[in-house]
Amino acid sequence: MIDKMSRHTKKRYQAERRFKIYGLLAIMFALGFLGLMLSTIALRAIPAFTQTYIQLTVEFSAKILDVDNKRDVKQIARADFQKIIREALYAEFPAANKRQDKKHLKKLVSSEAGYHLSRDLLAAETTDLNFIGTSAAIWVKSSDDVDSFIKDFISREVDEINRRLNDQQIGWIDSLIADGKLETRFNWDFFKFADSRSPEDAGIRGAVMGSLFTLAITLMLSFPLGVFAAIYLEEYAKPGRITDFIGVNINNLAAIPSIVFGLLGLALFLNIFGMSRSSPLVGGLVLSLMTLPTVIITTRAALKSVPPSIREAALGIGASKMQTILHHVLPLAMPGALTGAIIGMARALGETAPLLMIGMVAFIADIPTNINDPATVLPVQIYIWADSPERAFESKMSAAILVLLFFLIVMNGLAVLLRRKYERRW
Amino acid sequence: MKKSIKLFTIAAITLPLLSSIAIARDQIQIVGSSTVFPFSSIVAEKFGKSTDFKTPVVESTGTGGGMKLFCAGIGERFPDIANASRRIKPKEIENCAANGIDPVEIKVGFDGIVLANASNAAVFSLTKRQIYMALAAKVPTATGELVDNPYVKWSDIDPSLPALKIEVLGPPPTSGTRDAFVEIAMEGGAKTFESLVAIRKTNKNKFKAIAHSIREDGAYIEAGENDNLIVQKLKTNHNALGIFGFSFLDQNRAQIKGAIIDGAVPNFENIADGSYGISRSLYYYVKKQHVDTIAGLREFTEEFLSEKAMGEDGYLLDKGLIPLAEEALAKSVAAANNLTPVNLSAE
Repeated sequence: MIDKMSRHTKKRYQAERRFKIYGLLAIMFALGFLGLMLSTIALRAIPAFTQTYIQLTVEFSAKILDVDNKRDVKQIARADFQKIIREALYAEFPAANKRQDKKHLKKLVSSEAGYHLSRDLLAAETTDLNFIGTSAAIWVKSSDDVDSFIKDFISREVDEINRRLNDQQIGWIDSLIADGKLETRFNWDFFKFADSRSPEDAGIRGAVMGSLFTLAITLMLSFPLGVFAAIYLEEYAKPGRITDFIGVNINNLAAIPSIVFGLLGLALFLNIFGMSRSSPLVGGLVLSLMTLPTVIITTRAALKSVPPSIREAALGIGASKMQTILHHVLPLAMPGALTGAIIGMARALGETAPLLMIGMVAFIADIPTNINDPATVLPVQIYIWADSPERAFESKMSAAILVLLFFLIVMNGLAVLLRRKYERRW
Repeated sequence: MKKSIKLFTIAAITLPLLSSIAIARDQIQIVGSSTVFPFSSIVAEKFGKSTDFKTPVVESTGTGGGMKLFCAGIGERFPDIANASRRIKPKEIENCAANGIDPVEIKVGFDGIVLANASNAAVFSLTKRQIYMALAAKVPTATGELVDNPYVKWSDIDPSLPALKIEVLGPPPTSGTRDAFVEIAMEGGAKTFESLVAIRKTNKNKFKAIAHSIREDGAYIEAGENDNLIVQKLKTNHNALGIFGFSFLDQNRAQIKGAIIDGAVPNFENIADGSYGISRSLYYYVKKQHVDTIAGLREFTEEFLSEKAMGEDGYLLDKGLIPLAEEALAKSVAAANNLTPVNLSAE
């Protein structure tokens, strides 16, 4: 009998241990996948944070620039600075004098280098334009192919015809390296520029600003509206069929696929109100429709969890209903409401489908400065880069994913922080 | 607390009100094909940088979606240009005309569609007939009878082909690349069978249904709209071929190579002169009624066709656009200058 019992106990202990191990395995499995995903993205993103530069001695010749008045800012702004960069390259490698050679040579530098050179010069010397006629050693961005070569994505071993750089071009690069005229720097431009079709010039700033404007609108609309709706439903509405009906419908709304909100936005904001396409304002409006149910549901739950004794005590000492809500119930429910809002915002941050309908899935090269400028958002930027043929966009895409994840982590961290700080227990 | 709630409420109410004051649009809006998107967006970028106009906004909506938006009406709310990886359809012209729009057709170049595999895998040299035999749902037998596609290996089709299982990764039916591939390669292959040509003579629709249906027994794998994804899969799966646009082959030449079709290697020259048989024309359509009201629209069309973009050293060619022959380019330039509305009956 005792023997049987002890055997039984042993079995039960074993089952207990197994049960624990299943749980642990599940967690390890999930963590393992998360770790794998994050590390592959991070590894792939590393090349995006550096950029190869080439040093050239350029001559700001008035003749090549076709400028007859050295003081005329407008004329200089229109001048072809890419041409003087090309001339500097030809001067660096005088042996390349055939047309075909020159064509290959000029592919070493970024096609946007001239544009940035003129911008920098004009920004630095708004009053003094006497760089015309002088020469200077400057660093210009290399083309994406040279950059990929330096980062070992283009291998020397591959047959020449299958390589994006030919033997001659690699020879030039080697000689630039030997002369110390080629270096790799941290790619600040990735954080300063908006999208570009030249990978070496493409940056995340436009999408970050677009996301911030869009989310600002979403927060400003969905949070107050959601809180008011929740207060009414929880504190004022008489419990009954109609209130239940509204409640059920709000729950349903929270589960609707996001593209539907995009279609609604297209019909309502663009076609009826005539707002402009691709603007963060419309994006924010659409996304706030999407987050509103989430905010209402979490705020209602938070209001419900405030003990009735607090309401009764407030009413008991003579507070009005509004005072009870504003001074006591709402502050206690705030952490829950804020958490709901932030989680809703985090979801909105990752949305692309509803934005497709209202024109935010687009190539936008200017950084938006207000809520009516055309803009795109981070997940759309990731999608556009993932869809681009150039090899160099692959690392840009991973870097953009890291930026998006960083924002998500910050927002979720904020939600945790707010809850910790204001949470009360009874 | 009270104050911030007040502020929030005011903001929530005034914001939408403020915005309903229509804002005059000061940049060009472009919608349409995802194939033309990379080309259109680089022109937009260069245009924005080299002129005083704002950079045009280029949306990637797909050809059909773009046409729908484009033909919806005249005015600032509607896009000015629609990119297309096929010619405008009569139905779309009708829709446009119903809203008073005259689309101006401008042909910009070609896009080759390639069948490619990993660069260290077997070399494929195919004819359109062989492509049809490998990928069609139903193929005619020697007696002209239609049967379910029996071929498992490439060498079953022709002993000279590699003895590899037929495995082709390609775009789904929603894709424009798939439409073009089916229309040019599959139909081209189908036309080499006498029995199918006979069907074509009597019943065009039946022929199309046969020629356009791709087998669904696992030999053709739908790999999504993203061409990069197919390229990635080819690098790891050496037995598979993939179908995608030429620019993706051009950018990934180190890892993948294109199959030879009807004796022609997919490269710039062969696609441009037409000896490589699977290519389609790319277009953009300008809204004539917007040319005088939207600032920069005329200049933008000029930029697209300029020497800087389309010339021998042009940046569009660097990005993989296959240029038009001189004569066709002159025709496009003329259409852009004169704003001649599209006429489908004229070639």
